[in-house]
Amino acid sequence: MRICGPKTSVCCTILSVWGIIMLVLMGIFLYTQSVALAEDLPYDENASWKTPQEFLNEAERLYSKSAYNCWIAACLYVVTLVISLQQYYANRKASYTI
Amino acid sequence: MGSLFRCEEMTLCQLFLQSEAAYACVSELGELGLVQFRDLNPDVNSFQRKFVNEVRRCDEMERKLRFLEKEIKKDGIPMLDIGDNPEAPQPREMIDLEATFEKLENELKEVNTNAEALKKTYLELTELKHILRKTQAFFDEAEFHHAQMHDPSMQEESVTLLGEEGLRAGGQALKLGFVAGVVLRERLPSFERMLWRVCRGNVFLRQAEIDTPLEDPVSGDQVNKCVFIVFFQGEQLKSRVKKICEGFRATLYPCPETPADRREMSIGVMTRIEDLNTVLGQTTDHRHRVLVAAAKNIKNWFVKVRKIKAIYHTLNLFNLDVTQKCLISECWCAVCDLEKIQMALRRGTERSGSTVPSILNRMDSKETPPTYNRTNKFTRGFQNIVDAYGVASYREVNPAPYTIITFPFLFAVMFGDAGHGLIMALFGLWMVLKEKALSAQKSDNEIWNTFFNGRYIILLMGTFSIYTGLIYNDVFSKSLNIFGSSWNSPAMKELFPSHIQLNPASQYQGVPYPFGIDPVWQVAENKILFMNSYKMKVSVILGVSQMIFGVSLSLINHKYFKHPLNVICEFVPQIIFLLAIFGYLVLLIFAKWVTYDVSDSSCARSLLIMLINMFIFSYPTHPCYLSAMYNGQEGIQAILVILAIVCIPWMLFVKPFILRRQWLNRPHLMSSPKPADGAIDEGEVVHEDGTTRIEAGHEESEEGFNFGDVFIHQAIHTIEYCLGSISHTASYLRLWALSLAHAQLSEVLWTMVMKIGFVVPTWPGGIILYLIFAFWAGLTIGVLLIMEGLSAFLHALRLHWVEFQSKFYGGTGYMFSPFSFETILELASTEDK
Repeated sequence: MRICGPKTSVCCTILSVWGIIMLVLMGIFLYTQSVALAEDLPYDENASWKTPQEFLNEAERLYSKSAYNCWIAACLYVVTLVISLQQYYANRKASYTI
Repeated sequence: MGSLFRCEEMTLCQLFLQSEAAYACVSELGELGLVQFRDLNPDVNSFQRKFVNEVRRCDEMERKLRFLEKEIKKDGIPMLDIGDNPEAPQPREMIDLEATFEKLENELKEVNTNAEALKKTYLELTELKHILRKTQAFFDEAEFHHAQMHDPSMQEESVTLLGEEGLRAGGQALKLGFVAGVVLRERLPSFERMLWRVCRGNVFLRQAEIDTPLEDPVSGDQVNKCVFIVFFQGEQLKSRVKKICEGFRATLYPCPETPADRREMSIGVMTRIEDLNTVLGQTTDHRHRVLVAAAKNIKNWFVKVRKIKAIYHTLNLFNLDVTQKCLISECWCAVCDLEKIQMALRRGTERSGSTVPSILNRMDSKETPPTYNRTNKFTRGFQNIVDAYGVASYREVNPAPYTIITFPFLFAVMFGDAGHGLIMALFGLWMVLKEKALSAQKSDNEIWNTFFNGRYIILLMGTFSIYTGLIYNDVFSKSLNIFGSSWNSPAMKELFPSHIQLNPASQYQGVPYPFGIDPVWQVAENKILFMNSYKMKVSVILGVSQMIFGVSLSLINHKYFKHPLNVICEFVPQIIFLLAIFGYLVLLIFAKWVTYDVSDSSCARSLLIMLINMFIFSYPTHPCYLSAMYNGQEGIQAILVILAIVCIPWMLFVKPFILRRQWLNRPHLMSSPKPADGAIDEGEVVHEDGTTRIEAGHEESEEGFNFGDVFIHQAIHTIEYCLGSISHTASYLRLWALSLAHAQLSEVLWTMVMKIGFVVPTWPGGIILYLIFAFWAGLTIGVLLIMEGLSAFLHALRLHWVEFQSKFYGGTGYMFSPFSFETILELASTEDK
């Protein structure tokens, strides 16, 4: 069964490979609480932390949540990869048979 | 040895070819592709040349082949292109080829005319068939009317116009004539109106559409037609109706009056159509067979015919010997290829069976030879970059080998991001690895071909960008903390400040980050301040070093062309000027980097103001960042400024006056002044036997020494250089500006797009991230890689063409374009598309 054309399938394959690699790495960096990604965490705008400890706990929670989100997205890209690869081979087969 | 450093040494050669061996020899040389023939009869009309007939025959053959190709394409038969390269056939084979093509063309033409005639008959028969079928209905209706008209019990309201008329005519049996035919559907409305007006409403038209479109035998288009039948009374009306039909290009068909006849005719038509169908099928089969056979060979034939044509074109450039026994030609070729050319000539002579060998004779010529840089697939892209600005003068220093490194490097300085560089390098690497498969595809997409031809440049640009990206510590605008930052986190006054200002006095650990910029700067508020100062200084250093390098290359040029005067009067003052001002600035930059640290940074000297002060001899003692940097600075700077100023008249006056004195002292020696490097002395060709022949159209005039010209030229050169070295240094600041823009753009893209992916911390956030990532990746490719990449490419190109090459490169040569079958065939195949 073919859903998308040969070019779209190649494009999706490349995108998902990139997505898998990058999102897995980003997940790891978030899990290890990389400072470089600290700015991207979704802190509550209105929250006021009374002690540094409170803030750190909140940050840790957000780090691990975001890390899991990255891995979820990576898994979705694995699915995309499988589908687009199947499409790619289906397209190739179709072009051979014609 | 063919080196990239400067172009090949070329020589003018004279070729003596025996008439019978000339064809084979030229064919061999065409396969070799190493000689460029000169037109020896430029004033001869192309119709008066010796081999016009042969060229015409080739044109005719090519026309036939194109006709064949068109027919093949019309039938959608795949043409076999196995990319083989048959040798140019012998002249006698040309007759065979001609005969083959003639036969094929005739056969095809015959088949086409037959098919056309058959199709025409077929169309007529089909139309007749439709008429018979449709008119049946009309006649049935007419019969019905007829019956009605004679029915006395009929109501007046239901009586038709025609019927009434019939009644008025005396109630006798109506004698209605009719004409049946077929007309184009779009003509029908006007046809109907015309009939009505001309016959004053006295005719009765019935029409019906033919459902299936019919094929027009001439154009092959599908057309829609209508069947019509016109009833009328009397001969006068009949002739009028017929004329109108003629005018509307309607085809009329005889239609029998009685139903029995019609049925009989219809059966006859059906059988004829069936017969015709089988004949038509056989004709198309025959045509197909002929074309399939031709399709197998057509590419091969094209190559052969084009080669023959190219050979005769080349032979037309040759001169005929007085005895008519041998052809004389002149050609440019590289000195180190002479051996190969001799071999090819020997092969050609052997093949033609001639006993007299062909002779290759080196000649001395004062004419400037063409520039020939031997390239391979790696260096070709870079050589093209240089040639796009201007083809190097003969034997001039070729900037291409330096461009191979500096071009990707300067690009990468502007494109510094390891992530983007990695993607670009992977793209380049893929093209390089899949080179053969991709070039075999022969895409005619212009954008793709541009990328593909620059695949090695893209690969190098990508790898260099990874390097500079690591130096800037930017990977998709995020920093990598590989070795551990050398900064302590600042004491936070408020919980989670939006940004942190780094202060080297309190937070720096004393040991720098081992490679590149410390990752801590990514989160610092004063990042841009820090990066700006760094990138600006780096771009000045890179720019000044590239310009000094360019000026040094001009020394090699002067030495090679043996212009000692240019060394003393141009190179020396130029390099002193550049070093005294900007070399000194670079030194100061390094000194400033090394000597100041955080404790006395408030007194770090402002270099730009220092440079300006240097020229106005002003040495303030306070504030401290304007005071002298070292002891004796006043003296040294004064000397440097005076040196630089002295250089200007040195460049401007010395050379013209020396040249003038030389001219006045030795007028008998005909010292021809050289206003620029490699001035072109066009003209004489000295033959081996010592006789001198003046080339047609290039008569050398006794060149006089014009002091005014020389002086003005030198003045322009001087002004250009002095102003140029200042403006070019400023121009290199684009390295800083573009790299800043790239870094900021990628950071903005991350915070505006990618950050949205993290907004929801629970699991649906994963799906959002999935979508956002695709969006971000698309923008990264489109905006940052392609658009920013193109802009950085253009700026790197400009820095090379203007800032670097203006220091030494003449670029006034002309390209060596050898006679080669390969290029001729390539050109022809691109024209086909």
